[in-house]
Amino acid sequence: MNRVAPDASLEAARAAEAAARRSYGKLIAFLAARTRDVAGAEDALSEALAAALTDWPMHGVPQTPDAWLLTVARRKLVDSARQRRRADGAAEQLLCLSELATGEEEDSALPDRRLGLLFACTHPGIDPAVRAPLMLQVVLGFDAATIASAFLVAPATMGQRLSRAKAKIRQAGIGFEVPEHSALRERLQSVLDAIYAAYAEGWTDPEGADARRRNLADEAIWLGRLVASLLPDEGEALGLLSLMLHAHARRDARRDPQGDYVPLGRQDPACWDAAMIDEAEALLSRANGCDGIGRFQLEAAVQSAHAVRRHRGGADWPAIEQLYDALCELTGSPVAALNRAVAQAESRGPGAGLAALDTLAGDARLTDYQPYWAARADLLARCGKTDAAAQAYQRAIGLERDPAVRRFLQQRAAAAAAGNAAPPGGIQ
Amino acid sequence: MEYLLLIYADAAQFEAASPTQQAEGTAAYGAYTEALQKAGVLRGGHRLRPTQDATTVRMASGKTEVLNGPYAETREQLGGYYLIDVPDLDAALAWAARCPGASHGIIEVRPIWPVGSE
Repeated sequence: MNRVAPDASLEAARAAEAAARRSYGKLIAFLAARTRDVAGAEDALSEALAAALTDWPMHGVPQTPDAWLLTVARRKLVDSARQRRRADGAAEQLLCLSELATGEEEDSALPDRRLGLLFACTHPGIDPAVRAPLMLQVVLGFDAATIASAFLVAPATMGQRLSRAKAKIRQAGIGFEVPEHSALRERLQSVLDAIYAAYAEGWTDPEGADARRRNLADEAIWLGRLVASLLPDEGEALGLLSLMLHAHARRDARRDPQGDYVPLGRQDPACWDAAMIDEAEALLSRANGCDGIGRFQLEAAVQSAHAVRRHRGGADWPAIEQLYDALCELTGSPVAALNRAVAQAESRGPGAGLAALDTLAGDARLTDYQPYWAARADLLARCGKTDAAAQAYQRAIGLERDPAVRRFLQQRAAAAAAGNAAPPGGIQ
Repeated sequence: MEYLLLIYADAAQFEAASPTQQAEGTAAYGAYTEALQKAGVLRGGHRLRPTQDATTVRMASGKTEVLNGPYAETREQLGGYYLIDVPDLDAALAWAARCPGASHGIIEVRPIWPVGSE
């Protein structure tokens, strides 16, 4: 028996992990493209990864780990399908199997079908709420428990939703093809929405310290890069990547050294990641050169108008207001309307902002939305309406998840009660 | 559906906090309770006195046994609860995450077993 040196197994484990991280989605896409059996492909790949952990320490890490994993996973897939064949004997499956077993693409580089996989995960036939989780699992290999925590869903529930979605892909015959021109843009929107949902879940990481969620935001950016590189002429794909990079550049500036929350208006631009902002700006101007304009380009432009604080005293509030105008027009989202009101308060005074907010009062989608109450409280305080401000602050505090933001709102509420409204600049 | 949010926390941690931090913590619970009320989901809830004030009772070999202290000596103890009525578990978890107890302890979310149901 070969003796396995501890560092050999450690090295093998690292290599397996790296291969899994780099190629997980590629391998799944390849294994499941014909059968559409995502769950089966996942099982086969996880068996292959387990096999790598015992084989690689003894025989060394193969030259092309991806190809090794693919060969083993494919064998597992064929084995399990052969067993199943006795049960349901589907002729189509046999055809798929024979194609798989020939491994016609083994010698060439592994074709990248991840984009097709992303389109399958965000197909209109899949429940919108499960699209982002499904994408994270199938393309990036996140486990159900991690995804469940990020999306604040019970792990058992998340597991069920993911299995149901995978069954739907197989049973409904959802294809792994990238849609043709006319359908591409429409379908791309849901791919981008799912990536952004994953990013947002990672970005709201309450303590700013949860490694798994930090990872989630990074992984969403990685997916955004993948889509932007595979569809370099789609303005919205570039816009989304720009938006995420802009937000990400300010990630660490959201907390001071004591761990207290720092709102955007109070952040020191010197704490922002300049290189990342430059990249975001370049993407945005490339997006502007493409056909059409969409939600993500507009939102990236809003971030860009905040980022001008790097070069001059304040954010470009009139531009921000105009951009939110366009977003309201485009999406009809009450959150866009809320942000427009906040921008109006900055460019025209708190009274104007408050009047705009009043038109949103009673919108059921904002009743339990913390930023609405925080913005309202801030503007009421700045208009000298101390009692109403206190009530709105109370509501915002009760709805907040993040203890640092909660403390911040409590301090603001106390200052407002003492007659010291916050200086302009927004509290978001 | 009704859910009980059980708040488990380390009472010693609260006692060790400064008076300002304690007041802040209590105010946060006040705001949370009000948010539950305004959302129309609150059915009940209370803070419990610390476990030093707990007494347990049980019948063991036909004799009633009464002891000082809580059922189990663990660092985190049941410190209070909310009873809420929301459409589903997702909504219950969203409220649990907003509970100030989630950042200094653990919230256990348990569905109520309605009388007469299986």
